[in-house]
Amino acid sequence: MPISDNGQTKTWQRRTTGESLTRWFVWLICVAVFLYCWQQISEATTWFFVWDAPRIAGDIWDRATPPRLEYLTQLGRPIWDTLNIATFGTLIALVLAVPTAFLAARNTTPSVLFIRPLALLIIVSTRSINSLIWALLLIAIIGPGVFAGVIAIAIRSIGFCAKLLYEAIEEIDRSQVEAIASTGASRWQVMAYGIAPQIMPAFAGIAVFRWDINIRESTVLGLVGAGGIGLQLQASLNVLAWPQVSLILLVILVAVVVSEWISAKIRGAII
Amino acid sequence: MLSIRKLTKTYKTGDQALKAVDLEVPAGQVLALIGPSGAGKSTLIRCINRLVEPSSGEVWLDGSELTRLGAGGLRRARREMGMIFQEYALVERLTVMENVLSGRLGYVGFWRSFFRKYPQSDIDEAFRLLDRVGLLHMADKRADELSGGQRQRVGICRALIQNPKLLLVDEPTASLDPKTSRQIMRLITELCRERGLAAIINIHDVALAQMFVQRVVGLRLGSIEFDGPPDRLTPDVLTTIYGKEDWEATIQKVNEQESEEEPEQIEGAL
Amino acid sequence: MTTPAYAELDDMLGKRWKKPPFVPNPVLRWAIILGFAAYLIAAFSTIEVNWSRVYEGLDRGWQFIISFTRPDFISRWEDIWGGLLESLVMTVAASVVGILISIPIGLGAARNIAPLPIYLLCRGIVALSRALQEIIVAILLVAIFGFGPLAGFLTLAFATIGFLSKLLAEDIEAMDRSQAEAIRASGARWLQWINYGVQPQVMPRLIGLSMYRIDINFRESAILGLVGAGGIGATLNTAFDRYEYDTAAAILLLIIGIVMALEYLSGVIRARVQ
Repeated sequence: MPISDNGQTKTWQRRTTGESLTRWFVWLICVAVFLYCWQQISEATTWFFVWDAPRIAGDIWDRATPPRLEYLTQLGRPIWDTLNIATFGTLIALVLAVPTAFLAARNTTPSVLFIRPLALLIIVSTRSINSLIWALLLIAIIGPGVFAGVIAIAIRSIGFCAKLLYEAIEEIDRSQVEAIASTGASRWQVMAYGIAPQIMPAFAGIAVFRWDINIRESTVLGLVGAGGIGLQLQASLNVLAWPQVSLILLVILVAVVVSEWISAKIRGAII
Repeated sequence: MLSIRKLTKTYKTGDQALKAVDLEVPAGQVLALIGPSGAGKSTLIRCINRLVEPSSGEVWLDGSELTRLGAGGLRRARREMGMIFQEYALVERLTVMENVLSGRLGYVGFWRSFFRKYPQSDIDEAFRLLDRVGLLHMADKRADELSGGQRQRVGICRALIQNPKLLLVDEPTASLDPKTSRQIMRLITELCRERGLAAIINIHDVALAQMFVQRVVGLRLGSIEFDGPPDRLTPDVLTTIYGKEDWEATIQKVNEQESEEEPEQIEGAL
Repeated sequence: MTTPAYAELDDMLGKRWKKPPFVPNPVLRWAIILGFAAYLIAAFSTIEVNWSRVYEGLDRGWQFIISFTRPDFISRWEDIWGGLLESLVMTVAASVVGILISIPIGLGAARNIAPLPIYLLCRGIVALSRALQEIIVAILLVAIFGFGPLAGFLTLAFATIGFLSKLLAEDIEAMDRSQAEAIRASGARWLQWINYGVQPQVMPRLIGLSMYRIDINFRESAILGLVGAGGIGATLNTAFDRYEYDTAAAILLLIIGIVMALEYLSGVIRARVQ
């Protein structure tokens, strides 16, 4: 505990002078970085629009209310598509994530040196890139539509599911696996009896959790042309049909809340 | 029947857990392996069915040498050796019946086991064993609903349904209370007698070992220090195995069979 | 062993054994299975796939994968650099502002330290922020504030508030009461109480979560450009539109690299504060 001695009084300080200086220096750098960032943003901004923003916001609000409820009849199919994109995307992702997770987990990978880094690379790269970017890419490759959306969601979810799953595999109880192995079970039987039952709750939780997130993500995939309710949102925005936009946003909000409720219910039932 | 020759295990860290151990176990003999924590009891048992790979030496079981077997041969050899674990090691999210039937995994193919389509003879045998240990009514309960003693009985059934020649028992009572410990030890030794099974029981409770077995092997720092009948375990012998301590109380326990309090002389092994 | 047990055994011998099903009620079980199967079939039949288009696309897909082996950082370097810098700037500014705002809101959203009206208000803000996705917020903010990084900055800051405040509030609600009570018993004022009784308990996790959120903010900043809210997304979009896969691959590699670096950094920082 540093105690400084200035003349006759001794003062307790939490840090020594050197430490304090370093801390102040680090803070100074942080503030400088922030100010630089702010200045960059400010330079790229037309401040005239910003000062005008309250008026524009009020204007949009006036035009967007009340939402055009009769448009709801045209949203049935897009909502159905959105749901399907999320469900199929999640299912495909799970099918691919399970082997990836087994290859990535330290205790089940066939080779720590070669295969594990490869599996981790798949996990990191699919996880780092947003599903909208995957959708953009897939649309350039296989054309617009629901199918591109399904694949985009699937790719984005592989890394997410595989990461959580391989962490669950690394935490299993080894003695249960040993017990199954000691009965003379084959490699696959050890997986089915020793490992699978232990990671089942985690797997179910991850599946439902990701499905919930995927519902959210698939509502906006249409913005880049990958099907679902986002297509209607984009179309309405293009023609500045604000009453339709507000209705779609309401529908999306309801979908998000409902899917979160469903996933919470299912997770509660499993665990 | 089981014959271990110059078995050595050196871990990657450089610790020598077993130093050229020689051991013969005739058919039908129940043997207790005692020794302090870190003496290599657990390693010895695991080197026999190769849950731990031995560094050198030979393990012969009925004329076949286990340490050189390939993956398939090892699986067939493991069917001959049932194992009972310290923390029961039941698959907790499977039912009792599935846990018992998992002992037959070495005999049924993958898809049969995956869809739980075991031969009727296996199912009958599982029911008989569960009935023998008094858990027939629990067959469809999940393993994590059972108490410690009940779990260990299921573990015994799982080992026995393999129809083994040899039981490898690793600290069967370490997580149980004194009364249940005795019941479990009695059950294991009874079942071995009924079926003419040989068993190596790795146990840290010397009094309990003396109570139930015909032969005691003392292990210290990876080598065998004592091999003989339980009544030859004198304080001097225990001192060479465990180090200096007052042993009279421990040995007297053999005579006062009613006492439920077992002295905890040694901390639970590995 | 009692006799009834043996009678039971005789009953069971020779009988087939089946694993008890996960859903015990057979009607409910089959309803769930059939319902889900029916949904899958219905859903599958409504997905239109233009297989010839997909087949044509395979070639382009292959080219895209190949382009990862020779990413082109050079020809559009100006755009890439500008976009990346803007993304990073937005990430930093939005994370700082978002974290600073989410601390008071997180305190307000913790039931054990906030009075009811404040609690409801803060929970409302959190719920709103979590229900609205970044990209939708960005569209609205672009409509209001015009194109540029300001809209992106505000979007990310708003999303940060929802994320951090909720987790912070849950953390505070789960904290050890006795430590906080000990500080209060010493006669501390409210702010002192927060500073000495609450802050030390939640600080390590707050730092960890903040690092995680910076990571997320960067990933999100990469897509805000698609709707005109600044950042690398616009450059990426242009690259895809022009089928410049080499440039797109370069941008994606940079994003993956930065995300990995951020994850590593946050791992180091979390290890130090805990």
